[in-house]
Amino acid sequence: MKTLIPFFAVVILVLLALAGVNMGNQQFLFGVIIPYAAVTVFIAGIIYRVVKWGRSPVPFSIPTTCGQQKSLPWIKQNKLENPSTTLWVMARMALEVFFFRSLFRNIKTELREGPKLTYGSDKWLWMAGLAFHWSFLIILIRHFRFFAQGVPLPIHIIESLDSFLQIGIPLLYITDALLLGAVTFLFARRVYLPSVRYISLPADYFPLFLIFGIAVSGVLMRYFVRVDIVSVKQLTMGLVSFTPVIPKGISSIFYVHLFLISVLFAYFPFSKLVHMAGVFMSPTRNMPNDSREVRHINPWNYPVHIHTYDEYENDFRDKMKAAGIPVEKE
Amino acid sequence: MAKFSAKPKDLAKIRYTPPKTEWTETPVEFREHMFCHSAKPKDLETVGFPYGRAWSAKDDDWKLPDNWEQIILQGMKDLLGKYRSFQLFMDICVRCGACADKCHFFIGSGDPKNMPVLRAELLRSVYRGNFTLAGKILRKLAGARDLTVGVLKEWWYYFYQCTECRRCSVFCPYGIDTAEITMMGRELMNMIGLQLGWIGGPVAACYMKGNHLGLEPHTIKSSIEFFLDDIETLTGIKIEPSFNRKGAEILFVTPSGDLFANPGTYTAMGYLMLFHELGLDYTWSTYASEGGNFGFFTSNEMAKRLNSKIYAEAKRLGVKWILGGECGHMWRVLSQYMDTWNGPADFMEVPKSPITGTVFDNAKSMKMVHIAEFTADLIKHNKLKLDKSRNDHLNVTFHDSCNTSRGMGLLEEPRYIINNVCNHFHEMPENTIREKTFCCGSGTGLNASENMELRMRGGFPRANAVKYVHERYGVNLLANVCAIDRATLSASMDYWVPGVGVAGVHELVGNALIMKGEKERTQDMRLEPLPEKEGSENV
Repeated sequence: MKTLIPFFAVVILVLLALAGVNMGNQQFLFGVIIPYAAVTVFIAGIIYRVVKWGRSPVPFSIPTTCGQQKSLPWIKQNKLENPSTTLWVMARMALEVFFFRSLFRNIKTELREGPKLTYGSDKWLWMAGLAFHWSFLIILIRHFRFFAQGVPLPIHIIESLDSFLQIGIPLLYITDALLLGAVTFLFARRVYLPSVRYISLPADYFPLFLIFGIAVSGVLMRYFVRVDIVSVKQLTMGLVSFTPVIPKGISSIFYVHLFLISVLFAYFPFSKLVHMAGVFMSPTRNMPNDSREVRHINPWNYPVHIHTYDEYENDFRDKMKAAGIPVEKE
Repeated sequence: MAKFSAKPKDLAKIRYTPPKTEWTETPVEFREHMFCHSAKPKDLETVGFPYGRAWSAKDDDWKLPDNWEQIILQGMKDLLGKYRSFQLFMDICVRCGACADKCHFFIGSGDPKNMPVLRAELLRSVYRGNFTLAGKILRKLAGARDLTVGVLKEWWYYFYQCTECRRCSVFCPYGIDTAEITMMGRELMNMIGLQLGWIGGPVAACYMKGNHLGLEPHTIKSSIEFFLDDIETLTGIKIEPSFNRKGAEILFVTPSGDLFANPGTYTAMGYLMLFHELGLDYTWSTYASEGGNFGFFTSNEMAKRLNSKIYAEAKRLGVKWILGGECGHMWRVLSQYMDTWNGPADFMEVPKSPITGTVFDNAKSMKMVHIAEFTADLIKHNKLKLDKSRNDHLNVTFHDSCNTSRGMGLLEEPRYIINNVCNHFHEMPENTIREKTFCCGSGTGLNASENMELRMRGGFPRANAVKYVHERYGVNLLANVCAIDRATLSASMDYWVPGVGVAGVHELVGNALIMKGEKERTQDMRLEPLPEKEGSENV
C-alpha cells in the first residue's frame, strides 16, 4: 500500500495530462496556467518555509562537534569538523552541501557470532545520493537552453562534457543515465532493506515515482519519440518572457513531462523535499563551536526562580557552622 | 518485580528484522527492566513541576489531566516557535535511514522505534497531523497521526530510551539531532507530570541542597575528609582543602557523584592530590556542589535554575575563574548553555593557569576550564613529576563521553594526559571512539536500577568495543572523563566484559603523581597493593 498509492498517484497524473491534452485540448492549461501556478506555489512556499524557520530563533549554540576543539595552542584543532570561526563553518557547510560530508561517514553496523559488533564502510547511499542530486542539478542547468535566446556558452560546455562518451545519436547524456540509475537505487533500497522499508512513508515513495516519471518522459523525448524542439522552445521562451504562446504540433509527451515537473514544484515546499533549503539552516552544522569564547544570546531568555545562597544558608546554617564551613550570617 | 537475570549471551541474540505490523499500528509494550519508575509527587512539587501524582507506566490509566492533549499541543506550538532546531528537524528529515544503526539502543535491542528516525517520527507524526497542511489533508499518506494516549505512552517509553548522546546527528546528512527531539519530547511530558523518579529525585535534591545526591554541606565536607584520610594513608601527606572560602582564586565544581561512590571517589582523590601538589588557591563549594545537571533532562527552565548556582557562587565568593571536574553532560550544559542562560560572567577574569601562565582564551567568555585542559597544560609545561610505572598494572583504553566529544570536541587533552601517566594505552576501534563514540547506555537520568536490561542493551556497543581491546591487548581498565560513566560502566563491564575496571583520568594522574614529601607508595589510589612495587622489594 505504501508504494502502490503513490505509484498510482503518479500514473493518474500522467493520464490526466494525456487526457487533458489529447481529449480535452487543454494545452493552454497544461502548458501555461499550471506551470505558472506551480512556480508561484514553489517560490511562495519556499519563502514561507524559510521565513517560518527563520522566525524560530536559535536559543542555544548547539553545533555537533566532530573533531578536536580549539583549546591549547599545541593541540591541533580540527577546523573543518569542529570549526570555531565563520570561515571554517562555511567550509564545513560547503562540504556538507556539495559533497554530503556527513553521509560519507556512513558505516554499516553488523552483529556477528561472538557476539561481535563490526562497523564496515558503507558508501552506497552516499554515492547514490551524490549521483542523484548532481545529475538532477546538471540536467536542470542544461534545460536553461530552453529559457535563453540562443544557447549560452556555459550550457554548451556542460552539454558537451555531459555527452563526452559520444554514444548514440542524439548523444547520450551521462546525467540522464545516472539520474535514472540513482532513482532506481534509492527506490530499491527503500523496498529491499527491511529497516528502511519499515520507516518509509507513502510521502517517501511519491517523489521518487514522480522524478522517475519526469526523467523517463524526458529521456523518451530526447532519444526515442521525436518532439518538435523548435515549437517547444517557442513555448518555453513564451513562458519566461511572460508572453505565453501554445505552438501547434507539440507532442503530448511534452505536456506529460511539463505537468509532472509542475507537480514536483508545487509539491516541493510542502514535503520533505524542503531539505534542500533546510540543510543550510541546521544549527548543529551551521554554528561555530565558540560558545565558551563568545556569549551566545537567547532572545527569549527570561529570569527564573532559583534557590538562592541565602535560602540555602538559612536551611543549613547550624550544620555549616558545626562543620566549620564559613557562613554569611553568624 | 523479579531481579534482572538475563544472561549476556541471551541478551546478545538481537533480531534486527522489524515486526510485520507497521510501526504506527504496533502499540507500545512496557517490558520489565526496560523502563524506570515514575517520579514521586513530592519531588515534582519541590521544584514546581505540575501534575505530580502516583502512577506507573504499567497502569492502564495514567491519571492524565483532563485537558492533557491541549497542554501538549499548545506546548508543541510554543516549542516550535522557540527552537529553530525543533521546527526544522520536524520538517526536513527524508528518512534515508543513515541514522538507524548508529543508535546504541537500536544496536542493543533491535527495536525499530529505537532507530533515531523512528524515535523522531513518534513526535513528527503528531506534528504533521496538527501543524502541517499536508498532514491535515492527506493524514496517513503524509505520515500524520492523532495525539492519543497510545501515542503518549510510546513517547514516554522511547524518549526515556534515548540518552541524547547525539551519535546519530554525526551521521545525519542534515545534522538532525535526536537529542533536540528527545529534549522536546521530555519537556512536553513534564508539562503533564510524566517524569522519571531517577530524574525527579536528583533534580529536587539539587535544587534544595545543591547537588543531585542531596549531600548536605557538612556531609560534603566529611566525605572529602574521608578521602583525605585515604590520601594520607597512601602518601603520608595531609591535605587541607577549603570550603565556601571567599577570595579564593578558583572555584572548583565537579559532579557530586565523585564524592559518593566508587570508582568516582578515586577521581576526586586525584583532584585533591593534584591541587595540593600545585598549591592551588582554590575552594570547593557546598552550595554549587553539582557540576552535572539532571534538570537538563526535564525542561530548559529547570536546567537553567539548577545551573544558576555555579555563577552565583563564583560571584559570591569572588573567584577569578572556575575549574570544572570530569563529567560528560555537565560539560555540554556548561559549554553550550551556561553562558547563554546565566551569563555574562563579566565579574570574573579570563581563566589563567596560575602555574603555567597559560591563558585559556577558548573559555574567555564563560570563564570555566575543563580539568583535562588544565592538567594537559601542566604536563606540557613539565609542572608535574610523574611516575608512569605506578600505573603499570593497568592496561588502559579511553572512552570518550558523548557530550565532551560531540558537544565540545575534548578529544586529545585526556589522551595526552593518559599517555603521560600510563605506559599501556590502546585505543578501541576507530568507529567507536572520538566523535563516533558510543554512549555508556545510561545517560540522561537512565542510570536507575529497575531498567537494568535497557542499560545493558544500551551499553552493549560500548562494552563490545572494550571486549575487543580486552581480548586483543589485555586491556583491563576503561578510563573516562564522566561521572555517569564511572557510575554505570562498571555495571556494564561486569556484565559484558568481566575483568575490566573503570576509572576517571585523574585517578590515573593521582597514581602517577609524585608529591613533594610523599612516602614510598606501595598502594594505588584504591589502596590496593601496587604489584610492581611488591616485586621490586623482593629483588
